[in-house]
Amino acid sequence: MGLGKLSFTALKGVFSKPATRRYPFEARPPIAKSRGRIHFDDGKCTYCSLCELKCPPDAIKVDRQGRVFAIDHLLCILCGACVEACQKGSLSMDAKHGEPWTEKQKLSWHTEAPPKPSGDAAPKA
Amino acid sequence: MGARTIIPFGPQHPVLPEPIHLDLVLEDEKVVEAIPSIGFIHRGLERLAEKKDIHEMAYVSERICGICSFTHGMGYCTAIEAVMKIDVPERGHYLRMIWSEMSRIHSHLLWAGLLADGFGFENLFMQSWRLRERILDLIEETTGGRVIFGSCKIGGSRRDIADDVMARLLKELASLEKDCHAITDTFMEDSTVAKRTRGVGVIAPDDAIALGAVGPMLRASGVASDSRSLGYALYPELSFAPIVEKDGDCWARTAVRVREIYQSFDLIRQCAAKMKPGPVDVKVSGNPSGEYWARLEQPRGEVIYYVKGNGTKNLERYRVRTPTFANVPPLVHMLKNIDLADVPVIVLTIDPCISCTER
Repeated sequence: MGLGKLSFTALKGVFSKPATRRYPFEARPPIAKSRGRIHFDDGKCTYCSLCELKCPPDAIKVDRQGRVFAIDHLLCILCGACVEACQKGSLSMDAKHGEPWTEKQKLSWHTEAPPKPSGDAAPKA
Repeated sequence: MGARTIIPFGPQHPVLPEPIHLDLVLEDEKVVEAIPSIGFIHRGLERLAEKKDIHEMAYVSERICGICSFTHGMGYCTAIEAVMKIDVPERGHYLRMIWSEMSRIHSHLLWAGLLADGFGFENLFMQSWRLRERILDLIEETTGGRVIFGSCKIGGSRRDIADDVMARLLKELASLEKDCHAITDTFMEDSTVAKRTRGVGVIAPDDAIALGAVGPMLRASGVASDSRSLGYALYPELSFAPIVEKDGDCWARTAVRVREIYQSFDLIRQCAAKMKPGPVDVKVSGNPSGEYWARLEQPRGEVIYYVKGNGTKNLERYRVRTPTFANVPPLVHMLKNIDLADVPVIVLTIDPCISCTER
């Protein structure tokens, strides 16, 4: 490397912006469509258990009778197979990767079954 | 003959990202024999084929390796599709080829950094990995994952690349290609790099073939062997010729990989130009019955996938022969009669991937 090129490279280094980001003060914005953490919307779920069937690491457990949805985020491989399988749109993926887990836990949701239509409803015409 | 000493190299060693152990038998500073041993990170992933169904196995197959992950998923899917006689749509093939070449660029840049670190050129190591971050961002934008793409499935691709994203991808790749010259010129022209790599670890073409070398290792010895020439996916549609160097030393292996980075940029551009709108996957029903060998070109060389289905949702047998496994006998051959100080550089130039080797 000639002296001219060496001086040019050194001066460029002095006056250019740093190549790295000042993380964590300056976090990278999440990339759209990135596969981040799974979100569950219990209002839409019918507890059909299709997501449990499609989950490769068996991170999702669904109790169809008891209407319980449980997910172990530490087992989840963020493949998105459950989101693709969900017919009701109750599962979605966040583009953010989320905070680290500080303890092992399995998150679960339970919703009461909607009231069955009563027997004395008006007969169909 | 001087007194012989055995120096253990690995499984924990600064130049090894993954564990392999070599017993180096030395006479003074010269290595006279190298005895390899593996088995530190065997995970039994092939056996999982008996527990996970064929669609779930695509995710398991990708996790064989953290660097050439996409090709593992693609090879598994190619083999299953051949058994089940599934025709993947043209766009699905082009997307797979684009991701496969992007994975080659990121793997070669990662390796370039490791090699630079191996011969003590810290700045070059960091610059290589800085460029690799940019390709990882593009991979995340198009597939959703950074090193585990998760975008290949039996029957095609799980995601499509929209036209506006593709235009941005090509623009960013063109800028990345321009920036790559700064580091690749250093690898190819710098006298200090040449001092550590020229004439070191030479393997003759005949020895390379006899010992079963694959990939850049074989091509650096002057043998034009590349599985992409066999015509899997839609590679026959692209203008492609294997990259060959003659010397067979560490410098030649570096040169092959450096030139392959630019070849991959070119192949991605060709794929983008030939892609037409259309479906990216087909619906798959039924279970595989029969067997197939699929041969693909990973960044590290030829990889072979064997699948055997018995008509159930689980495979009867799944077997992977990975390139690093094939490159260990040539490595042992190269390590004879060289200086102890050159061992790290020679070990790195086979681009060892032990996770693949042991699965």
